[in-house]
Amino acid sequence: MSNIPETGRTPRVQVRLVVIQVLVFSLLLTLGGRLWYLQIRNGKEYTDEARSNHVQRVVQPAVRGSILDARGVPLADNETRLVVSASRTDLMKMKDDGKAVLTRLAGVLGMKPKDVMDKVRLCDSQTPQPCWNGSPYQPIPVTNKATTQQALRIRESSEDFPGITAEPTAVRRYPAPGKARTSQVLGYLSPVTDEEIQKAKDTDSPHLRSDQVGRSGLERTYDKQLRGKAGVTSYEVDKLGRVMDQTESDPGVPGSHVVTSIDARAQAVAEFELHAAMETVRKETDKITGRPYEADAGAVVVMESKTGRVVAMASQPDYDPNAWIGGISAKDYTRLTDKNSNYPLLNRAIQGQAPAGSVFKVVSASAAVRAGYPFNDRYNCSSSYSMGNRSFANFESKGHGPITLGDALKFSCNTVFYRLGHQEWQRDGGMKPKKDAHDWFYRTARDFGFGSETGVDLPNEVTGRIPDRQWKQSFWEANKDSWCKQGKKGGTYVEQIAYESCLEGNQLKAFDSINFAIGQGDVLITPVQLATAYAAISNGGTLYNPTIGKAVISPDGKRIQEIKPKAHGRLPVDAQTIRDLDKGLRSVVEPGGTAAWRFGGWPQDKIPMRAKTGTAQVYGKQTTSWFATYTDDYTIVMTISQGGTGSGASGPAVRNIYDALYGLDDEGNQDLKRALLPKPQQALPKIQADGTIEAPEIKPYDPASQLVDPNKKREGGQEPLAGPPPVWRD
Amino acid sequence: MTAPHGFSVSRYAPERGPLAKLTARDSVLRRLDWPILLSSIALSLLGALLVWSATRGRTELNQGDPYYFLLRHLLNTGIGLVLMMGTVWLGHRTLRGAVPVLYGISIVLILAVLTPLGATINGAHAWIVIGGGFSLQPSEFVKITIILIMAVLLAARVDAGDQIHPDHGTVAKALLLAALPMGIVMLMPDLGSVMVMAVIVLGVLLASGASNRWVIGLIAAGITGAVLVAALGVLDEYQINRFAAFANPELDPAGVGYNTNQARIAIGSGGLYGAGLFNGHQTSGQFVPEQQTDFIFSVAGEELGFLGGGLIIVLLGVILWRACRIARETTELYGTIVAAGIIAWFAFQSFENIGMALGIMPVAGLPLPFVSYGGSSMFAVWVAIGLLQSIRVQRPMTA
Repeated sequence: MSNIPETGRTPRVQVRLVVIQVLVFSLLLTLGGRLWYLQIRNGKEYTDEARSNHVQRVVQPAVRGSILDARGVPLADNETRLVVSASRTDLMKMKDDGKAVLTRLAGVLGMKPKDVMDKVRLCDSQTPQPCWNGSPYQPIPVTNKATTQQALRIRESSEDFPGITAEPTAVRRYPAPGKARTSQVLGYLSPVTDEEIQKAKDTDSPHLRSDQVGRSGLERTYDKQLRGKAGVTSYEVDKLGRVMDQTESDPGVPGSHVVTSIDARAQAVAEFELHAAMETVRKETDKITGRPYEADAGAVVVMESKTGRVVAMASQPDYDPNAWIGGISAKDYTRLTDKNSNYPLLNRAIQGQAPAGSVFKVVSASAAVRAGYPFNDRYNCSSSYSMGNRSFANFESKGHGPITLGDALKFSCNTVFYRLGHQEWQRDGGMKPKKDAHDWFYRTARDFGFGSETGVDLPNEVTGRIPDRQWKQSFWEANKDSWCKQGKKGGTYVEQIAYESCLEGNQLKAFDSINFAIGQGDVLITPVQLATAYAAISNGGTLYNPTIGKAVISPDGKRIQEIKPKAHGRLPVDAQTIRDLDKGLRSVVEPGGTAAWRFGGWPQDKIPMRAKTGTAQVYGKQTTSWFATYTDDYTIVMTISQGGTGSGASGPAVRNIYDALYGLDDEGNQDLKRALLPKPQQALPKIQADGTIEAPEIKPYDPASQLVDPNKKREGGQEPLAGPPPVWRD
Repeated sequence: MTAPHGFSVSRYAPERGPLAKLTARDSVLRRLDWPILLSSIALSLLGALLVWSATRGRTELNQGDPYYFLLRHLLNTGIGLVLMMGTVWLGHRTLRGAVPVLYGISIVLILAVLTPLGATINGAHAWIVIGGGFSLQPSEFVKITIILIMAVLLAARVDAGDQIHPDHGTVAKALLLAALPMGIVMLMPDLGSVMVMAVIVLGVLLASGASNRWVIGLIAAGITGAVLVAALGVLDEYQINRFAAFANPELDPAGVGYNTNQARIAIGSGGLYGAGLFNGHQTSGQFVPEQQTDFIFSVAGEELGFLGGGLIIVLLGVILWRACRIARETTELYGTIVAAGIIAWFAFQSFENIGMALGIMPVAGLPLPFVSYGGSSMFAVWVAIGLLQSIRVQRPMTA
């Protein structure tokens, strides 16, 4: 037999059979190549994907750390509440987008159906609060105040409530010990947003969908430390989610506690006294405007002079920080952010700025010394100072004759500083400034820390403003168009000002420098800047960053990370000048000084008090009251917007705070048993290994306890003045 | 002593005992193509393991018996082997006379699918449920009868020596005979099977020596048909979805693209050696749907790795390589055409099945020959192996 077939295998068929064979084997090669590509070349990628595919992560959120006061009293902690949450993912699967379920839920919870639906809708630019600005895949809390009965009803008839859960959950709480709300300082939390999750994805503290994030105050500054790290247990699951195996478990790290230098008792006193002072002046009539004082806002800072640590910080108006817990209600949100709300979320101690007024004179006195004017030389305190055809008067046009700079502080004499400011302006070249102009007044203001952040450990501190040449120029460039449009020669006051500003608003004029020398004009300062500067005078010249956080302590108390006081500069004057300033400020509370009438009976020999009053004029508003004081231990600064004079509006309140700290009564007798904090708190609170925190009990502040005669009316305000002290206004 | 196929070589040989007969140089056993047979058995057994791994945890399918599908697959393989032996024993030439009858029966069966006797599985109304857990997919057998009826028609006059190549009339008739069952299967709609049949027709036409114009015309018609089908909306949504998912699996990873994505993850995670049988997370986690049938290759990829997946491709390669040899070496055009049809069928179906698991082909519900679970497919491919063996057994001795 032959190998060659006789029929059926024409060359055409033969060739085509070869073609078929080639085609077939190229198909098989393709498969082999693709298999190699998937398994060998890209195998790792798919292995990872496979792992994430069948691994289900169960997250146990870390309990957020507490914020403690200096002695361990919790200002912010957690409590277990029954939280009812709705899963949007489940609700959206229903035909009516879950309306029926939410309505039923509202019935059980005793809420309005609309309120429930508002809470679970997602926030966008058009949606007003309340709405959910967290992840849409995370259960959205409807209420955290469910009763056990409500939770049971939801759980027992779970078929009526698909997508609704009722679980005990740790919920943030702001207990306000001794009525110390500490609102703006503590800040608040809100759910993490998708953007933040993306941003923090590759950092060492990634966010979970269920995370709450600090939005302001200490909650924001120390968010990372407080938040800890959620525990994650990974389970191997099949497609239907049945657990096959537990693969790995990361127990997570509970959030650390942040110990602050705040003393809850002092905080409560500060809050009470600030509020009381504002209430008092609202009952008084402003002699300039003829209306009662508005006292629309106020702030007080109590700081340790030698460290910059903040013992108390209050801002009015304030709010109850618990309003944020579990999603804020529409009413509450409006109340906090509305145009008519007067913005209680603002921490005026670091975010409120106003012209300084006479508390600025320590800067001017220092600037004069730097410019070569000896502190103890005599400068004429005339009743008014004339420049060209303008006359700048001392308040009440009272003169004191030739006095030292120390006495100029004591009497708060304007004309001494007008003259110095004007002379320096002329020496710098006046309207044709020298190239190397000293600008001592402006430079000294900056060196005192004004015009820039103090570095306080709270977010969104504002800088205030030092209206020097550069600022004038840039401000003019930014505004000249609108000024030139609005300005009219010989028009109304505003039009005339605009007209002048349009023409030469970029020039630093004599008028500006004269005003600046007494802290008026365009200068703006914040209470915390002022406190930092006065504390520096008290401690010999160091400008400390105001700090509230004192230590970060692990929940078992074992790891303690102290936050040391940090300085950001020194006062630009020598020790002698600081001593001179100190002496001058001391004389302010002594007979003849502008604050003396507020410190009757003060044990000046035992606890030397230094003070400076300030009454800043704000165009179109009532005057701002400033009061800056310090002892060797503490610096207290208080301000009340549209509150009248420095000593008048803020004086009694500040003294009451000192009385509480040192245990003094209104006649100056010290009772150390009653003293809240005669010396700054040094030791950190003890946190036991089991997590318990030893904290003393707090009794609310009783203002009457400081009165020798309990029947006497609390002193306050400007009203009880029978006759004003010699110079009660600066 | 003549064999029932009527082609006897023993006629020239002396009488021998039964054992000697089996082992003799010219015996049927010795003349079988053993590489094809062994590769087919190896693929079937490998398939049994993979089917077992894919189904042992699927209690909703295996009625609580983890060995259910393993045993059924082995049983199907056994029945397939018997069918192959029967085919060899009958011989493809004997069957040649019965082809019109077989063709007729297969047409009746696929028509029956369209009646209430038929059942729908995975969107395709392609099944006849026999009862007792058995069901039949007649389109699998139609693949054989299309090959046979076309081969009979196209080879008749060439093998008789009347023509060198089949004439246009014969080709047209053969195409019509193929188009009839394809049309019916299209109505089910079982698009995957229609695609396989179209490729079979192309292979048959190529091997028959039909004019190039027919071949080119057929390819053009196929492309036009595909475009028309897509444009006229003849396809159901699920079919378009399957195609869309192939083109872009990330389109809808939870829906349409899910199958291919999960299969690809399973295979990709296998690496060189695989996770080991029963150790595939994707498989035991049941992330890949239809894993014992359409996506059986993903089990191999994940649990046996590149080596296991490669082995399947190599074994298929051996079968196709030997089949090509059989097609080339047979003396009759009939045998050549039948072998070429089977090559086209196996090659395309394997490429499509593995290709979709690897994400380079659109999803079509086609089984992987020998490996996928499924009686009808298993029987059909073993009958095809029987035909190949018969063509080889009945070819002239080469040495």
